[in-house]
Amino acid sequence: MSENEPRLLDSGEAALVVEFGSTVDPAISDRVLALDDALGADPPEGLRERVPTYRSLMLHYDPLVLDREALAERVRALVAGAVARVGTPTLWTLPCCYDQPHGEDIAQVTERTGLSAEAIVATHAGATYRVYMYGFAPGFAYLGGLPKTLAVPRRASPRPPHPRNAVVIGGGLAAVATVPMPTGWYVIGATPARLYAPEREESFFIGAGDLIRFEPVDCATFDALDAREAAGERVARPEEASR
Amino acid sequence: MTALVIEAAGPGITLQDGGRHGYLRYGITAAGPMDPLMHATANRAAGNPLDATAIEVSTGGLTVTAEGGPLGIAMVSRSFRISLDGAAVPDAVALTLEPGRTLTVRAGASGAWGYLAVQGRIDVTPVLGSTATHTRSGLGGLDGRGLAAGDRLPIAEPRAGEVSPHRLVAPWLDRDPKKIRVVLGPQDDYFAADQIDAFLTGPWTVSPRGDRMACFLDGTPLKHAKGHDIVSDGVAMGAIQVPGNGLPIILMADRQSTGGYPKIATVIGPDLGRLAQAQGGTQLSFRSVTVAEAVAARRAERDALREPVPRDPVVRTDFASDFLLGLNLVGGVTDGRP
Repeated sequence: MSENEPRLLDSGEAALVVEFGSTVDPAISDRVLALDDALGADPPEGLRERVPTYRSLMLHYDPLVLDREALAERVRALVAGAVARVGTPTLWTLPCCYDQPHGEDIAQVTERTGLSAEAIVATHAGATYRVYMYGFAPGFAYLGGLPKTLAVPRRASPRPPHPRNAVVIGGGLAAVATVPMPTGWYVIGATPARLYAPEREESFFIGAGDLIRFEPVDCATFDALDAREAAGERVARPEEASR
Repeated sequence: MTALVIEAAGPGITLQDGGRHGYLRYGITAAGPMDPLMHATANRAAGNPLDATAIEVSTGGLTVTAEGGPLGIAMVSRSFRISLDGAAVPDAVALTLEPGRTLTVRAGASGAWGYLAVQGRIDVTPVLGSTATHTRSGLGGLDGRGLAAGDRLPIAEPRAGEVSPHRLVAPWLDRDPKKIRVVLGPQDDYFAADQIDAFLTGPWTVSPRGDRMACFLDGTPLKHAKGHDIVSDGVAMGAIQVPGNGLPIILMADRQSTGGYPKIATVIGPDLGRLAQAQGGTQLSFRSVTVAEAVAARRAERDALREPVPRDPVVRTDFASDFLLGLNLVGGVTDGRP
């Protein structure tokens, strides 16, 4: 087996993990997403779900329809050919209000980093993030690309549930946390853009591999944009990203 | 409109269909039944699609009545105490619930979940293509929550069922929870060979603090060979993760879609229900099987549900408990009350 060949790991008889590596690395993520695209473009019958993560693609399948070896063969063939992603990722600009009451943990981040509130906002909003994966909760997007000066460890024990669509940092990563949950992350703002809206026709619109920037807005603007989202509009602005 | 009325419901009773599939990549858990085989059996007995919406009944107990017309019901459990207007009926039963009569389900000596399927369609609005309830994220079912007294479930295209109660004969639901089959991996290489053996041999005791999200095991802690943190990857139902304290956690229907602990093994699909039915305190161990063996077990399950579920009439005058116990129809009527 060549070093570049992924490991195929069974998780029971109905899920196959295609593991490209064991670390958080954009190059590994690219390979995961290239295979995800290739399988999505022409899915074998019996393939039920594809779950891209930082370093692996989990394939849930119906083993009474799709044989494990047939799926493994298909994956190996596609990995050999699928070296780049099919499409170009989209760069999304998400409005973000860092002011109170939204940025409720900013003072704690100041304590842990020594950065002023203004510096925290400028640093966070100055970066471009990559959506590595969703996990943990509906629409919870894990974002890589957080500047090192904001790399605070996660809390030892979770804080009470955050409001919906919270913009959070912790453990060296950033995230958008759509559904209120107790969290070990720090809440530094909120976006009116709803990454997850089960009642909307397109419940999700940002894919793994897409890029995100945050644009600071004040509370009045946040409220106005939130009202537009509530009326069914989408306030996140897309543009094609150059890679 | 005909409706099934919830007169009383303990905690943890939810509507579940076959699960919300297609959105795991966005962090949406499938939910769906804890015991997929028993859920499918109840639907089969009710003449519904196998993945139709049914009530998952916890050990908290449930009392229902019919409104607007008679409703055919298939209520399937192992050892739950079920009664119609106070008279005991078998623990897996098909009957017609007439308006004015009351069906009561109570926990019994064994089993953690039962399924109540209605002949017709429980008419709740699907969310993301499914009615499965995931209470942690407030999705599906009735407003994303468990059922409660006063809830009214509208039934579309209702059909009456058996005129008198019939015992459902489903021997494939007689499963011993003491031996659970697993496929090793995906992260069994995080454990030395002696720790894999220790994991399989156990014995492990099912902790009472389990829920729809996870089954916790108590026993001798396992040791990791290369740490207990991994970069998050996908999590299948039945995945057995071993966190830092060395005690295995089996991730069930309401699990998160991804996780960051090594997963030593995965419970095979056909044994998920067997495990889910184990009450707190149950001792169990694991047996490693190949993917091919697991698929064969899955095929046998599917074949069992191809034909209608066999049924025997229960004659009402025969409801003396000694008669029923003699037939082993209502284990738990006179003993084993929790």
